[in-house]
Amino acid sequence: MNALITARGITKHFGATKALDGVDLDIFAGEVHVLLGENGAGKSTLVKVLAGIHGHDAGTIEGHSSLAVIHQELALVPELSVAENLFLNRLPRKYGFVDRAEMRRRAPELLNRVGLNVDPDAKVKDLGIAQQQMIEIARALDKNAGVLILDEPTAVLTETETDRLLQIMAQLRDNGVGLVFITHHLDEIQRVADRITVLRDGRSVGVLGPKATTQHMIELMVGRPIDEQYPRAQQRPGQPLLSISGLTKRGVFEDITIEVHAGEVVGIAGLVGAGRTEVVRAAFGVDGYDHGKVEVDGKPLPSHNVQAAIKAGLGLVPEDRKGQGLVLTATVGRNLELVTLGNRDQQRLHDIAGKLRIKGRVEQPVKELSGGNQQKVVIGKWLLADPKVLILDEPTRGVDVGAKVEIYELINRMTAQGRAVLLVSSDLPEVIGMSDRVVVMAHGRIAGELPKGAIQDQVMALAVQEISA
Amino acid sequence: MSTISIRKYASENGALAGLLVLALVIAIMQPAFLNAQNLLNVGVQAAVIAIMAFGMTFVVVAGGIDLSVGSIAALAAMVGALTAGPIGLLVGALCGLVNGALVSYGKLPPFIATLAMLSVARGLTLVFSEGQPHETDALVTFLGSNLAPMVPLPLLLMLAFFGITGLVLTRTNLGRRMYAIGGNEEAAKLSGIDVRRNKLWIYALSGLFAAAAGLVLAGRLGSAGPQAAVGYELDAIAAVVIGGASLSGGVGRATGTLVGALVLAVLRNGLNLLQVPPFWQQVVIGAVIALAALLDSLRRR
Repeated sequence: MNALITARGITKHFGATKALDGVDLDIFAGEVHVLLGENGAGKSTLVKVLAGIHGHDAGTIEGHSSLAVIHQELALVPELSVAENLFLNRLPRKYGFVDRAEMRRRAPELLNRVGLNVDPDAKVKDLGIAQQQMIEIARALDKNAGVLILDEPTAVLTETETDRLLQIMAQLRDNGVGLVFITHHLDEIQRVADRITVLRDGRSVGVLGPKATTQHMIELMVGRPIDEQYPRAQQRPGQPLLSISGLTKRGVFEDITIEVHAGEVVGIAGLVGAGRTEVVRAAFGVDGYDHGKVEVDGKPLPSHNVQAAIKAGLGLVPEDRKGQGLVLTATVGRNLELVTLGNRDQQRLHDIAGKLRIKGRVEQPVKELSGGNQQKVVIGKWLLADPKVLILDEPTRGVDVGAKVEIYELINRMTAQGRAVLLVSSDLPEVIGMSDRVVVMAHGRIAGELPKGAIQDQVMALAVQEISA
Repeated sequence: MSTISIRKYASENGALAGLLVLALVIAIMQPAFLNAQNLLNVGVQAAVIAIMAFGMTFVVVAGGIDLSVGSIAALAAMVGALTAGPIGLLVGALCGLVNGALVSYGKLPPFIATLAMLSVARGLTLVFSEGQPHETDALVTFLGSNLAPMVPLPLLLMLAFFGITGLVLTRTNLGRRMYAIGGNEEAAKLSGIDVRRNKLWIYALSGLFAAAAGLVLAGRLGSAGPQAAVGYELDAIAAVVIGGASLSGGVGRATGTLVGALVLAVLRNGLNLLQVPPFWQQVVIGAVIALAALLDSLRRR
């Protein structure tokens, strides 16, 4: 069989660093080809080289097919309609004007190919993220893309949406499209992959078949055996360090009571939109609330006052790393010192960067780091402030397996020193594996609390429950 | 020096390289440019815009813009002439404080808030002066004079403000916060930086620097005019941008701004020496600003 794309010996430098080092890759028609690797392994660079966004320093690429990339940041115009987005830049025309009738006629046909049932006249901004993704895929297919590259499409999707996407991908494969799929979720890989190319440090370290075990994938990717995915070391809980009681913000969350003790990790699970992020933002003083109380180590916090919360010993690693956690225009060091600006101890910055195993120099622009290393910088700036309670909102989203375990180890180290952690996560195995107790939220309320060792089904049962009132 | 570090140096100091090339070209075409007295003149001519642009650098690094600096300079100079220099400085800082309050507590876009101040400050200047120029007192006149032969005070003041700006940007918490706020306001807020209060100080500093620039200008002329410094805000912004600062915030340095102001002054001086008609000078200056911004955007790619 002829490959749609054949890449041989692709090498790419960024300054002195070798991002890709002699990578070979074949993409055949009718296969789902997974690119697997830690953040910084070179997956995105490889995709960009294939798509012609970056040039390459050595190697050859032969393509017998056009190629489309679906990036994580979608390239849609929110204010335009579904149909206009589908035909963006090549709108059907009649007498020099846009032929709306023709557009409406052809749109459903395209939407059908990706199993999407939406009104072609609806504005894109009114659709969910999963539907928007489908629109972009439909658009790529209409341009007769033989190869479709999906860069971490499932990172922003819920479980049902992910299922749907994987189905569509299987369907496209059966129709002869070559798919390149990047994801950090190993279970998704096991469900759809025909072949898996594992990258490490810019090199291809192996091509696996569809039956590869997770253990095998992880070891290849990390380059060393990993003993345990969730290495939680439980402590005996001490006095309460964070008490949230009766916290209410009308229409957003209601009567939230959570207590976190010294040495404890308390998880908050729930579906996207259950109000978890809103609760922790209110507790940290970013947003206001209507009534209720937040206490840190026995001292009540004023509402809507981040400075007071930090002073009392609270920290928050926000869910949106680039939008809320980092100053992308600044260096690693400048980001690390953000919370502790008054303190000019450069040595501590270097110490913490070393301790976190941040790949990159302190003087390096933080935007050059991979996702996992960027997240370690965000966590690092809080470790420098040494908070009593650290709230982590989706700390491992888009973070590779190796860096994940390092973040878990940091959680362990904090609780071993008598600090406490409040962990918000949509990754169920993670929130169950790393928490000593799990609070489940649904529809802005607490649906229940489960002890250590709860099973996924119990959490899900609470998370999807309807409001009884 | 290896090729990489030369390239790195050149890309980080593109404006400086541009300034040197510009000076070289002018010197070849008109050797009188290199005359010591002429070079001092260039420095003096650069001083007012440079001091204003240093204040602007704070605002731009913090992700804002200040269109009112020209008007504030005129108002401060006028108040200084009618009362005393220090009161002019105070009025300038107060105007800046109002800008900051409108931006941070009133949540107005900086463009709008400072556009309003541009009009208000100019209007107040006209009101206070009754449309007439007023002589400056001995203190303000001193600011524009020579400390000794060949030692113009405006030049020294420019260097002093340059030093202060560098110190504030790199060695103070306020300066570090400017970069954080301009780079990502949300991240700054979530890191415990009181964004609103800091913006207040940032705009107040810009107002203060503009007032100082206004006093230096009035000192050189020996009088404060109601129409002084009209349009200077655009030169100040141009100096900051030529110096490599990003109008989207988070990037900018004192050295860059100094070089930017010098580029404008060298260009004006050179065009005069080469006897380019004033109308054409405007065209050339505009083209140079576009070119500088273009080169900067190219090297960022």
